[in-house]
Amino acid sequence: MAIKKVVLNFPPRLIQEPVTYHLVRDYDLQVNIMRALVRPREKGRMVLELTGSQANMDKAFEYLDQAGVQVDALVQELRYNPELCVHCTACTAFCPTGALSVDAETRKIVFDASQCILCESCIPACAYQAIECQF
Amino acid sequence: MTRTIEEINAKIKAGKVVVATAEEVVGLVREKGVKAATEAVDVVTTGTFGPMCSSGVYFNIRQSTPKIKCGGGKVSINGVPAYAGWAAADLLLGCTAVSDEDPRNAVYPGLFSYGGAHVIQDLVQGKVVKIVASTYGTDCYPRKEYTVELGLQDFASAVMFNPRNCYQLYNVAVNLAKRTIYTYMGVLKPGLGNANFATAGELSPLLKDPTLRTIGIGTRIFIGGTEGYVIWPGTQHVAEPQRFDNGLPQSPSATLAVIGDLKRMNPQYLRAASIVGYGASLAIGIGIPIPVLDEQVMAHAAIPDAEITFPIVDYGEAYPLGRPGGLGRVSMAELLSGHIEVDGKRVSTGCLTSRAKAREVAAELKSRIQTGSFTLSRPVAPLPGAELAQGC
Ligand code: SF4
Ligand code: SF4
Repeated sequence: MAIKKVVLNFPPRLIQEPVTYHLVRDYDLQVNIMRALVRPREKGRMVLELTGSQANMDKAFEYLDQAGVQVDALVQELRYNPELCVHCTACTAFCPTGALSVDAETRKIVFDASQCILCESCIPACAYQAIECQF
Repeated sequence: MTRTIEEINAKIKAGKVVVATAEEVVGLVREKGVKAATEAVDVVTTGTFGPMCSSGVYFNIRQSTPKIKCGGGKVSINGVPAYAGWAAADLLLGCTAVSDEDPRNAVYPGLFSYGGAHVIQDLVQGKVVKIVASTYGTDCYPRKEYTVELGLQDFASAVMFNPRNCYQLYNVAVNLAKRTIYTYMGVLKPGLGNANFATAGELSPLLKDPTLRTIGIGTRIFIGGTEGYVIWPGTQHVAEPQRFDNGLPQSPSATLAVIGDLKRMNPQYLRAASIVGYGASLAIGIGIPIPVLDEQVMAHAAIPDAEITFPIVDYGEAYPLGRPGGLGRVSMAELLSGHIEVDGKRVSTGCLTSRAKAREVAAELKSRIQTGSFTLSRPVAPLPGAELAQGC
């Protein structure tokens, strides 16, 4: 079983395509939509967590590639900059997943990118521009 | 037992002083009691680090040739307007000032990405800023326009002067309204979506000397990485608040006006803040040493997070409309746990003051006192409503 978080970038002509439906039906993947942003006639982006066999996953990526969907790994999307962070903890109350949390001992912020669903709720909470998102 | 500030300073000079941070004495008193802790420790160091909007810097620029009279004219620093209503070369820049072009909240919520605080931060980080002055000419100051780029050390003086810092006790902010609001207490989600607090708790300077028995006008403090002074009560200082038995006030009360030399400050203890939808502000690290003059001083300095409580206030309606809206009280220990209960609802908490940075401040002040580079000063007068302890 493989689990992968990816960002799909759709060109305008593919926005109407039932891509996630194909991923589920044709490649037997579990699809968890973490975030979706569609600007009609411009572009569409979707953050997905995919679960399935590695073989199916590979085939699914081949299908997406042929269909013209650009697939990026999720990792670099939210940037937490510890140099700019003052560890006020204002952001943590906004984080629905615990990706941003406070170490009870040091009272410093711990950022776990693997928990981040790119909801962006934390960004306006930070007065020091220590969190940036490129969605 | 009792001590005097002179005795403590003599111990500092002799390298024999015992200093503990306010967090450390909480544990010490719990273990050994007030009496033993008073005997053991000479000075308790406190610290805080958070946005303090009533902060600014006054500058004096060296005269140009021909000379110019900024007073009565207009001056901006990196596009941010400075106050020039003084003599020829004195300027004041408040940390919340923003340029005339900034959209502010016209594009709501505004980002306030560059304000007075950012100019001050740029200077302390060693960057050069651009000063543009335009004014009228006089017989003694004929020049009307002047543009110059200056780094911090190029100013004849650059003095941080803050009319109100270090609020003693502050509200915990929540939002009972139906929309997200953007306040000086941060972003507050509707329907009790979160609770924000702004205090260093058991490290916070004025919470550790709640009746101001050792902190007065003339007290030497740590500010922005250098030495400064308490010069007056801060604006909105409440002289006689209602208090609990442990001496802590029940609502926001004492404040301090403070001063320090910007030229000697360190960017580690000074950060510009852009509070979304609210404005620019300046986060400053401030630490105040508390001389352990008697057991009462130690008892106060050792009040733990669990016994410091704050009023919960609705910023959705009660606060802006000036209505009383008691939502109860909550302790610092509860706030630090990450969740509190308000109206039967579990609410996530976030802080605006950095406890981690407050710790850095208290530890740095401790080490400066231990190594003899920071000595204590005797207050020359008490703050309104306070009575100084014997030994001050
Ligand atoms: S984007 Fe959302 S999930 Fe990610 S860290 Fe910020 S609040 Fe948490
Ligand atoms: S709000 Fe910004 S500065 Fe404060 S802890 Fe979070 S990332 Fe750090």
